[in-house]
Amino acid sequence: MHVAPPDFDRMFGALADATRRDIVRRAIDSEEGIVELAGHYPMSFAAVQKHVAILERAGLVRKERIGRRKVVRTNLAGLLVARRLLDQYEELWRGRVGRMTDLIADESKETHR
Amino acid sequence: MTVTAVRKDTEALTMTLDAEFEASPERVWQLWSDPRQLERWWGPPAYPATFTAHDFRVGGRSEYHMTGPDGPTPTGYWQIIDLDPPRTMKIEDGFGDDWPSEMPGPGGMNITIEPIGDGRTRMTIESTFPDAAAMEQLLAMGQEEGLTEAVGQIDAILGEDALANAGDRR
Repeated sequence: MHVAPPDFDRMFGALADATRRDIVRRAIDSEEGIVELAGHYPMSFAAVQKHVAILERAGLVRKERIGRRKVVRTNLAGLLVARRLLDQYEELWRGRVGRMTDLIADESKETHR
Repeated sequence: MTVTAVRKDTEALTMTLDAEFEASPERVWQLWSDPRQLERWWGPPAYPATFTAHDFRVGGRSEYHMTGPDGPTPTGYWQIIDLDPPRTMKIEDGFGDDWPSEMPGPGGMNITIEPIGDGRTRMTIESTFPDAAAMEQLLAMGQEEGLTEAVGQIDAILGEDALANAGDRR
C-alpha cells in the first residue's frame, strides 16, 4: 500500500549537503568521472564516491558510459521534471477523490434524513 | 483514506491511482456522467470547474474551464474515446483552441470501476501523458495557482544556475 512519495525525502536528504549540491550542479554539463570530481574537493576519493552513491540512490545523478569512461551525469530531465510532475499529479487526484467521497457522503446523509 | 494505491512510472509518464468508495459502481459512474456532479469534484473549491458542454457518449465532446481569482481560464476539452457503463471509460483530456499560445498534445484517462463487495466500489484511474510539457499544462489546468509553488523547493536548493542549464538541456 502506498503512502507519501518516499523519493522526495531521499532527494531532499541528498541535497542537504553542500558538496553533494555542488556535484549535482557540476554534473549537469560536465562529463567527469569520480576521479575528476574528487579533484574539486578537499576530501578523499572514497568520500566523494560515497557522496555520489547517495545522489545516485536519490535518483539525482546516474553513471553513464562514454567510450571507456564512466561519467557522473545529473538526471534532470528524468527526475526533476517527470517525478515532480507525477507527484503533483498524485496530489491533484487525491484532492479529486476526496471531493468525490464527500459528494457520495453528502448524498447518503440526505437520503437517510 | 479512500486512495488505496498509487503507481507512478517516470519513464512511461503514467500515474495509476486506486480509490475505494462506499457506493455502487452506478453511483461512482454518475460522478463522471452528470456534469453538475463533475463540477463539484474536477476542480478544487477555490478554483472550480464549469462544464459548458458534456456530451458523455462514445465520440462525444465536453468543454470546461476553471475559474480562479483572475477569472476564467481558456477551455479544456474531453473527447470521449470509449465508454462501457458502469465499468470503463477512456477519455482524452486536452486544450481548446482559445489558448493564446500553441499547447501540448492531450493527456489520456483510462478509468475502471468495479464492485469489490460489501457495497463498495474500486475506481482505478490511469493518467497518461505524451510528454512532460503536457503533464505540466494539465496540472496547471487542474489545480489552483500556488499549489505548484511547493515544487519550487528543489529549484531553490539547486539554485537558478542549475535550472537555467537544465532548461537548455531539456
